Parts: sequence; C-alpha cells; structure tokens
Amino acid sequence: MLKTLKKSAAALAIASLISAPAMAADLVINFDDPNPGPKEGFETAVKKFEAANPDINVIVNLTDREAHKTAIRNFLSAEAPDVTSWYPGNRMAPFVNAGQFEDISDLWESEGFHDSLASTKSAMTMDDKQWGVPYTYYQWGIYYRADIFAANDIEVPATWDELLAASAKLKEAGIAPFTIGTKFLWTAAGVFDYLNLRTNGYDVHNDLTAGKIKYSDPRIVDVFEKWKQLVEPGYFVENHATMSWQDALAPFVKGEAAMYVMGNFAVDAMRTAGLTDDQIDYFPFPEITPGVPRAEEAPTDAFFIPSKAKNKEDARKFLAFIAQPDVQTEWNATIGQLPINKNATVGDDKFIQKGFETVSTANGLAQFYDRDAPAEMAKAGMEGFQEFMIKPDRLDAILKRLDKVQDRVYK
Amino acid sequence: MFPKPIENSSARVQTSYKIVLPIALFIWLLPLLAIFLTSIRPAADINAGNIFGIPSDFLMVENYLAVFQQSKAGAYLWNSFRITIPTVILAVGLSCLTGYALSVYRFKWAIPLFFIFVAGNFVPFQILMVPVRDLSVNTGLYDTVTGLVLFHSAFQLGFCTLFMRNFIKALPFELIESARIDGVGEFKIFWYLVLPLVKPAIAALSVLIFTFIWNDFFWATVLIQGDHALPITAGVRALNGQFVSQWHLVSAASLLAAVPPVLMFFAMQKHFIAGLTLGATKG
Amino acid sequence: MSTTGGNTLTPASQRSWLYKNRIKLAPWMFLLPGLIFFFIYVIAPIFQSIWISFFAWDGLGEKEWIGTANYIELIDDDRFYTSLINNVWWLVLYMLAVPVGLAIALFLNQTVTGIRLYKSLFFFPFVISQVVVGLIFTWFYNPDFGIVGIVWGWFGAQPPAILADEDLVTFGIILAGLWPQIAYCMILYLTGLNNVSPDQVEAGRLDNAKGWKMLWYVILPQLKPATFIAVVVTVIGALRSFDLIAIMTQGGPYGSSNVLAYYMFETALSEYGFRMGYGSAIATVLFLIMLVYISFFLWRMYQDERG
Repeated sequence: MLKTLKKSAAALAIASLISAPAMAADLVINFDDPNPGPKEGFETAVKKFEAANPDINVIVNLTDREAHKTAIRNFLSAEAPDVTSWYPGNRMAPFVNAGQFEDISDLWESEGFHDSLASTKSAMTMDDKQWGVPYTYYQWGIYYRADIFAANDIEVPATWDELLAASAKLKEAGIAPFTIGTKFLWTAAGVFDYLNLRTNGYDVHNDLTAGKIKYSDPRIVDVFEKWKQLVEPGYFVENHATMSWQDALAPFVKGEAAMYVMGNFAVDAMRTAGLTDDQIDYFPFPEITPGVPRAEEAPTDAFFIPSKAKNKEDARKFLAFIAQPDVQTEWNATIGQLPINKNATVGDDKFIQKGFETVSTANGLAQFYDRDAPAEMAKAGMEGFQEFMIKPDRLDAILKRLDKVQDRVYK
Repeated sequence: MFPKPIENSSARVQTSYKIVLPIALFIWLLPLLAIFLTSIRPAADINAGNIFGIPSDFLMVENYLAVFQQSKAGAYLWNSFRITIPTVILAVGLSCLTGYALSVYRFKWAIPLFFIFVAGNFVPFQILMVPVRDLSVNTGLYDTVTGLVLFHSAFQLGFCTLFMRNFIKALPFELIESARIDGVGEFKIFWYLVLPLVKPAIAALSVLIFTFIWNDFFWATVLIQGDHALPITAGVRALNGQFVSQWHLVSAASLLAAVPPVLMFFAMQKHFIAGLTLGATKG
Repeated sequence: MSTTGGNTLTPASQRSWLYKNRIKLAPWMFLLPGLIFFFIYVIAPIFQSIWISFFAWDGLGEKEWIGTANYIELIDDDRFYTSLINNVWWLVLYMLAVPVGLAIALFLNQTVTGIRLYKSLFFFPFVISQVVVGLIFTWFYNPDFGIVGIVWGWFGAQPPAILADEDLVTFGIILAGLWPQIAYCMILYLTGLNNVSPDQVEAGRLDNAKGWKMLWYVILPQLKPATFIAVVVTVIGALRSFDLIAIMTQGGPYGSSNVLAYYMFETALSEYGFRMGYGSAIATVLFLIMLVYISFFLWRMYQDERG
C-alpha cells in the first residue's frame, strides 16, 4: 500500500515535470475475475510486465464476471480500455463484426503465435484474421467426492451404464448423485454439451451451434433422451433453479451430493470450502456411444484490444508479454488452469495434471455452448435446458421453440 | 374519528388492542428482523440451520466491518451520496422555477405543459432506456456520476413540477398581484416572496427525491458500469455475486444500503409524509 | 441582461416591447431550463424509442430498417406472452395493496400511547430499496435455509422452491412487492382518515350506521382522493416491477417470471441481449399500456382543474 502510494506520488512528480507528450504511457486493462486466485494470477503478471516495462503505468479495472459480460458492450463504445479480457469463438463475434476489436494478425505473425498458440488459433480467428491472445484454458469434466464413492463402494464410471448404476446406488444411499445450480443457466449447458459430445461427437456439436442442425433432429432428441435418464429418477439436486454454481457447492461440500459437472475453476472453491484433495477427484465425462471420438469442453480465456483503445502500442506489448511461456506457466500455476503456449509448463497440481492429460489427448475441443452458439441462440437454448431439467415432459414444445429461435437467429 | 376511538371501548378491548398491536408489528417487520439477526450471526449458524434462534455469537461489529473490508461498500455508499444530493438540488431547484411558471402565470400553454410534465413522470423507464443510454454514450456521460445525475434530475422534474405547481397554486395569489402592482420585478417576486413560502414544499420534496434516487436500481444498472460511480443499490447486487452463500454478509450490506433513507425518513418524517400524501386529501 | 438596465444603445421601442410583454415572457424564462432538460431526457427519447422499434439494431453497428418486423415477431413470441400475462397478474394482485393498506390504516387509526411510533414502523418497508426487499425475500424463500423452509419443516412438509417453480414464482415476487406497497397505501389512508370530517361520522352514528356500513357509506366516500392516489401509484408500481425481478429471479426459471419491463431490458442490454430494436418494440407496448392509465389520470386532473 505504502509502496504503491510512494510510487504513484513519484509518478505524479515526474509527470508534472515532464511535458504532456512524454506521459502517454498509461495502459488501462479491464479484467473480469476478482476472485482471490485469478486476481492474484493476473496481478502478478501485471507486476512482472511493469517491471519489464518501467515506462508503462498499468491501470487495472477489476469487475465481477457477470457484470463484465454486460459492461463490455458499453465500454467498448464509450470509454474503451487499452486491453480487455474476453472470450473467443462466437462470444467475440459481435464485437469483431462491429469493428470494436483490433485486428492483431500482425502480432500473431511477428510473435510466432501461429506455432506457439496453434491449439486455439481457430477459436481466435474470424475472417482469416486473429483478434486476441489467449492466456489460459481449463478442462471440464465430473468432479466427485472420492470419499463418498469409496464409502458406497462405487468405482469411477467409464461408460454411460456405469454412470447410471453409480447414480442409482448413490440415490439409494440418500445422496443426490449430481449437484448443479442452474439459476444463471450456463451450468446446464455444460451437461448438455457433454451429453451431446459423447452421444454424437464433436462435429454434431459444431453443426448444432453453427445452426446447421435443427434441435428437433433425431440426434439431438437422442441427447435429451439420455439426459432424461438422469432427470426422471431425480439424479440432480432439487431446487437447482434457485442456485448459482457457487450455491450448488454447498450440498457437494456437505456430502449431500457426490458429483458435479463443472470446469476446473471449481476446484479452488471446493478447497476454500474446506474439502481436502483426498476427498475430491476428477474423471472425464464417461463414454456414451461407443466409438465416438472423445472431445472435451475446454473454454479459453483471452485478452483483446478494443479498436478505440488509446495506447495500442503498449497494448500489443502486453498481449505479447502474456503469451510468453514463462508468464503463462506461472499464471496458470496460480489459478490452477492450463497454459495455451505449447512451450509453457503445466502445473503439478493433480487436477491440472489430470486435466491436461484429458484435454491433450482429446479429439476436439469445444469452447462451450454459450461461446460456440450466438448469444441469442445460447440464451434461448439454455433456458430450454433449464426448463427441460424441471419439466422433462415438455421436450417437444421446447425443441419446437428452439427450432423457431434458430430459424430467426441464423437466418 | 373512525374507527371508534378505542378509549370508548371496554377495558378488555383496550387491553387486547394493546397486546395485538406489538404482535402485528412484529409480524409485519419479521422480514427485517430476520435479516438483521442474520447480519449479526456467524456464518456457521446459517449452515447449521440456526436462522431464527438466538445467534450463537453476536458478530455485529465483525460482520459489518467485514463488508467494508472485503468489498467496496464504502465507495458505493459514497457514490450514492454523490449521485443523490446533486440530483435533489437540481431537480428541486428547477422545479421551483417550472412550478412557479405553471401556477402563477395564465397563458394558454400552462395546462398542456403541466400535463406533459405529469405524463412524463408516469412513463415506464424502458421506453427511455435505449435512447438515454445512447445519448450518454455519445456525450461521454456514460458511466459517470454526472450523467446519472443529469438524467435523474430531468426525470424527477416531472414529479417535482407536479408537486411544486400544486403547492404554489394553493398560495394566496393576491400577494403576488399586490407585489406586481407595486412594480416588483417578476424574478424578485419569485425570489423574495414565493420562495420563502414554499420552503415546506422544498423540504418535503427533497426528502422524497432523496429516497427515490437513493433507491434507484434500474438507471444505475443502465448508465453505470464501474465501481468508481456505482451506487450502493447496484453495489449490493454486485456484492451478492461476490459474497455467494455468505448470507450474513449480504444481509449486513443490504441493511447498510437501507440506513441513509431510513434515517432520513425518521429525521424528516413530517415532511416525508406531507410530501407523499399531497393530493391524498384534496381534489 | 443589459437591455432593461441599459441607458445608451437600447432603442426605446424595444425596451417598451420587453417591458410590455414581460408578463408574457416571464413564464418562459422560468420554464426554459427545466423544459429543455425534460425534453432531452424524457420527451424526445419516447419518440426515439418508438422509431428504433422499427429497426434491427445490436447497439453497436448500423441500424437496419425492418418496418414492423419486430412487432410481427412479438405476436409470435411465447416469452412476450408469458411476460404480458405476468404483467396482468401484477396489476391485479398488486391492487390488494389498496384494501390491505386501508385495513392496516384503520387498525392503526387510534390514539393510544406510542401509536405514532407504530405508524412509522409500519411505514418503514416503503423507505427501503426494492433491491434490499428482493434480497430479503429471496433468502426468505430459500427452501434449504430460508424461513419458508423452516416453517414448512414444522409441519414436516417438503418446502416448495418458490422461486424455481414456474407456477409460484410470480406470486412469490408479487408478495415481496406488496410489502412496501401496502405500507405506501397505508400512509395515504392514514392521512386521509385524519381529514375525515368528525361531524359526518357523528351524523352517521346518529343514523345508527356502524362498522361496515359506516365505512362504506360515510368513510370511504371521504377517502376518495386517497383511494385515487393509492390506485394510481399502485398501477405505476405494478408496471414498473423491474428491480425485484432483476434481483430475485432475472425472469427465471426459464422466463416464467418475466414481465415486460424486465424482458425489455433482457432483450436489449443484458448478457445475451443484443436487440435494441426488439427491446424498443417491447418498451413501446409497455408504454402504450401505461398510456391508458396516464390518460385516465390526466383526464381526472383536467376535471379537477376545471372544477
């Protein structure tokens, strides 16, 4: 505190000495995760960046993730920062189309990202240009209470039938097989995506989110039929529509629920809530249709330069900096996620290791339903998922509605 | 008086009334009591299901302090003041002018203009949302306290004008007439004669507008995004996201957000109620 | 202005014109600042919104004229109908605030010691922000550790998840909204009761009117102004029901607690909302509904002004 105070006082003193043009070195960054771990990872990277570039003064705006998602459309047109965090795929499409993100293909070229960040190149590319630099991604899968599995004599399921059997056994023991909180909708999309990826595979996922397959397509109906096998016997916690994903941790922590289809960021929250690494573990979502190549959900987070940014030169420096292998290694070790740069080292945490193994051997990586599908479709789709989880009998009506929305959105 | 004064009833009725009264109040304020109790509990109580019982530990200071330390509640509260007070001054000040113009002068536009102000006051916010946001973005007022203050003042002008106009209209018009005959300028009449007379109305309006603006959530959501200008109502929502499942902290933050208008109400009760009920007795 | 006080350059004719017309000009001078302000921020946006409702616009790029396509889409939009029906529920059930407010006012209209404090405390919920009311009731309704859950537990019943049940959720939110609204109506009636003429009450008593009869034939007619204001503010409150929904459910589960005010916001400006044009069309519909009440109110005021 004192140090920053001194520093800013010094900066102020210097700024007042030097004439105006020389002080064009403020770099404003909007970042969207104020939770302790992610915040620390980000701030450490910023500090290192400032140390490497003493002439640049970084100003950080931290916003809550949900708030950031709505705020970005405003600040991109009004008071644009120089760098902002955002998501690739269809989530960046509106801003790319509206010309609000800076084309940084030059940076990809000069920094050799086509090679070092190759794994996410397609997600960062639109109109044959690159629009952002990714710094992390993370696996999804099933997090489970190993102690509860052991106490009930349950093996880690590898197939759909085994998963159903394990669920039945848990239910009988008075434990909800799955916890989930669908108040903010997207969690249900995780379950849907996995059922779809395992039932039909990666291509169907992409075709569906690209609007090439109808929701009433037999293959998609099949996905919902599988889902029904979990919903109808009551394998999800009750009242999930009142809970956020964090609220839904409570039954998991208390031992009232045993599994959670989630992203790896949940591990930090589980540990904070008091679970030890002996109690929690991870397994990839089990196989459903034998022979379908395994694809995973692995959402990527990235940084972008708004086209209205004032200091694009330093913004490019920052983007180049966060792509460096050592920076990504340290950052992702702090937040417990996976680095993008292929020369970076994956942390030795057991979840990161397992996740890396799952993701690096996968046949395809999906961003996530609400990043792969356009926003309007995603919203309607996820509402449909939530409704289905509460009223599975309405499947036909839901699918019909989604078809209608699809017709309009993709035109 | 209606209903029949209780003093004229039998002693039994009187006693039972005096017993029922606090019980009714207790039930009526139950939600508030519950949230207050929650705000001074340790988190463990809530997890253990002790919601309504005596807290196992009284953590009033700790919990409220935690809200300030772990969040920007302090900054949000300060922003609320920075938004609310200028709005009150601007809206009430301007409405003294408009109210005066629409009540004292007889010109053919007086009634139509008055009705436009009144109608504007009832308009749903949503019909203004897109253009006002756009205007703010284009003028650089988006995400600033100034932008929010300007909009609030303009919108509240509808209600304030209705209020002021009716109040001034009820003043004895002869006073103004005689001043005019004495050759006093129009603005001087307003400033030295009318303004002192409408002091009670200014007080009542100020308290009301303070409460309305303090409690605004919609426009803060639409026009503000950053912590530097976010008022406490929108701030509490953000805290709700941050303090997930920590109901003791959410409760404490919520109650903090309610304190200033509540204090205002109890301090200025007479004016507050006079303001709210203007029109409920005449007409 | 130097024109009135000036002694050199101002032509006498102009000076006298100003002087002659000062009564005519004065109101405009007083009105101008407020009027400009009000026009820019309130009047003009109404028409702009209606205009925007004929475009497809994501708020970022170019607007595209699509005529009445937004309205045609509205006719076929299930979410819109859900919201509209919920708005009707809000309007109907919110009206309960008026009789309940009256009942509490009658209950409190006594002169026992400490009654003033009681009145203030009963009024208390109105002063609190709807955001806070929404949070309180969200917590109340939580089936696991909310009060509803506990009360149900006493009867050994499985508590309903009010805010996750499409059939209950709107009523749960309306109940939360009624709490401060009742307080508002109560204070209006308390003030009204204060001004009820004692003579007429006495006259009524002499006529042997008691209880309900007295209330209906003697008291209520005198409370008419209070009732009018109470109805007006309750209607406005019902149609403005945004805060509670944003806090408690965000229109969920799956849109079943949506109302037009929130649906508009959701479509135009929330996380997945990119449709300013469609949102404006919803807002226009909401505005037209409100216009019915505004017209009614203005008509009443006009009668008063003349009478």
